[in-house]
Amino acid sequence: MLENIKLSFHGIWSHKMRSVLTMLGIIIGIAAIIAIVSTIKGNSEMIKSSLIGANTNVVTVTLYQGEWAYDMTWNGNPEGILPIEQDTVEELEKLEGVEKVSLYNSRENIDSTVYYQNTAFTGGVYGIDDSYFELYGYTLNYGREFIGSDYEKRRKVAILDATAAASIFPGKSPIGEILEISGEPFTVVGVVSQNTTTAPNINSVQDYYLYVGNTNGKLFLTNAIWPMVFRFDEVQSAAVKAVNTDAMTTAGKKVEDALNEKMNLSAETDYIFKSQDLMEQAKKLQDMSNATNQQLIWIAGISLLVGGIGVMNIMLVTVTERTQEIGLKKAIGARKRRILAQFLTEAAVLTSFGGVLGVIFGVVAANVLSQIMGIPTGISIPAMLIAVAFSVCIGLIFGYLPARKAANLNPIDALRSE
Amino acid sequence: MILELKDVYKEYTRGKMAVPVLKDISLQVEDGSYIAIMGPSGSGKTTLMNLVGCLDVPTSGQVLIDGVDISTQNDDQMAKLRNTFIGFVFQHFHLLQEMDALENVALPLLYAGVPAKERRARAEEALKKVGLEDRLRFKPSQLSGGQCQRVAIARAMVTGPRLLLADEPTGALDTASGEQVMEIFSQLNEQGMTIVMITHEPSIAACAKQIYHIRDGEIRMDGQERPGRQPDEKIEEVE
Ligand SMILES: Nc1ncnc2c1ncn2[C@@H]1O[C@H](COP(=O)(O)OP(=O)(O)OP(=O)(O)O)[C@@H](O)[C@H]1O
Ligand SMILES: [Mg+2]
Repeated sequence: MLENIKLSFHGIWSHKMRSVLTMLGIIIGIAAIIAIVSTIKGNSEMIKSSLIGANTNVVTVTLYQGEWAYDMTWNGNPEGILPIEQDTVEELEKLEGVEKVSLYNSRENIDSTVYYQNTAFTGGVYGIDDSYFELYGYTLNYGREFIGSDYEKRRKVAILDATAAASIFPGKSPIGEILEISGEPFTVVGVVSQNTTTAPNINSVQDYYLYVGNTNGKLFLTNAIWPMVFRFDEVQSAAVKAVNTDAMTTAGKKVEDALNEKMNLSAETDYIFKSQDLMEQAKKLQDMSNATNQQLIWIAGISLLVGGIGVMNIMLVTVTERTQEIGLKKAIGARKRRILAQFLTEAAVLTSFGGVLGVIFGVVAANVLSQIMGIPTGISIPAMLIAVAFSVCIGLIFGYLPARKAANLNPIDALRSE
Repeated sequence: MILELKDVYKEYTRGKMAVPVLKDISLQVEDGSYIAIMGPSGSGKTTLMNLVGCLDVPTSGQVLIDGVDISTQNDDQMAKLRNTFIGFVFQHFHLLQEMDALENVALPLLYAGVPAKERRARAEEALKKVGLEDRLRFKPSQLSGGQCQRVAIARAMVTGPRLLLADEPTGALDTASGEQVMEIFSQLNEQGMTIVMITHEPSIAACAKQIYHIRDGEIRMDGQERPGRQPDEKIEEVE
């Protein structure tokens, strides 16, 4: 056996060009699969770390209309739904697993409310209390955060996130600039950005798309001024900070149930409060990106099939070329099994060589992809081992026919061919 | 009786036609014989050799090797017989080009399941016997025709077979190399090895103790058993 492997290497080396061309299909197929698998893994890990926890442990509970989060921008306040009162917040904070609850107003996609020198800002506008930034992990880049008197005196001040700042005020400081919001002048006092030391702080699927889609960013106002700009008595969302990551789902559920009960909302009514089940959503997103990549794997699989057929073809040629050698070996006492093993080993060594090269190219391709397109990659050792094992199998499967042909060669005919 | 052919009939089918090559061949070869088989081209000499060498089976009749009917043997048993009992020498040597002399000679031992160290030792010894101890690591492409044939003889005898089959062993060699090969054959025969050799050349056939002729699918012995020409003797015109 060892003898066979040694001889196979010898054979591959003495026909370098042919060997490489034969292996090409396998190399490409394996490389593609490794690159795709690495991307899938990287993507999955990114989604997971982005969506879940992100060391803030905050679950968002928002009003839904059917399947979709209710967006005030288009429809105004849903009838019969009242704002959550401060007493309720205190009740909610007593629930199991809940550490803190903060209410905020939001309009996710405004397009003709906020202007800077006649240019409309399109993005999200949030009316927040003084704990929002802390909860969602925002830090101040420059300027200042909202202070107590901003709330008390209902000052017309605004804070931008870094994305919004860059899109409205490209190349200059927004601090002290005036935005026109619903016809009222607001002074920009600060710029914040989400903690990106570990991962982008993404707390919902919407946020994830915002993050991925790289939209125009967010504009923050105090919740005290909100009714003057938008509507009075708008329904809010609740940011629920759980005591730890594991408690996030239950805390969200508890708050959701409490709010629904308080406002007589249920699955039968038009509206309902729902918490983002982040685990579930992370999984959904992962499945989605997996599904697309699965198709790519099929395509790579076809390339492997073609590669395997290429190997079979070359092995058949090799057997024909080496008819005399086979005949001689049989004449001096080599059994069928040995000839079969010799050619199977040759095919397997050839394809496993291709597999190893494929893995190397795949890893390189994955890294290049992640550099160019910003797709994260995660190199998976099991995937590499499976890929090499798989290429050995391809060698054995597609090498079988030629090897059997060799083993069954009639030594007389084989010796006669000269 | 090391080798016995009983009413051997062999035909090849060419298309739908059956072409008889050997018709009713009977032959008995005693242990320690040295026979030459002559005959015109296409007369079936190689066909006969293949039957004797367990590479093929007769259409009818029996080939007995050391008393065993080869038609009762399966593939693996035939392979074993070829490996241990029979040694082959071909006109065109059939050495493996990518292996050196030592590796070529050791190959039958690999198939016999001999461990690597012993393989090497025995192959070296066999090469010594044919006078190539200083060419162990030479590849066939670096050896002369005569040297190649001597490597092939070493390979044929390395497993210690009792029967040596040679199909025109000097056919591709010059006279001097041919004589060298004949010398080795004579030595082997003296040591007790049975040799069956096919040749076109009367001077080579004269080295054997018995000469057979094949013609029209039939075999006939050429005169009585005689001592056989010593290869280093002056070559005379026979026939
Ligand atoms: N495998 C085969 N299939 C069909 N016909 C064959 C086969 N082998 C040999 N023959 C035919 O059998 C006849 C005898 O062939 P063989 O090779 O035994 O002759 P030979 O005596 O060895 O000739 P040479 O002296 O030229 O080597 C030839 O006519 C040949 O064409
Ligand atoms: Mg012949």
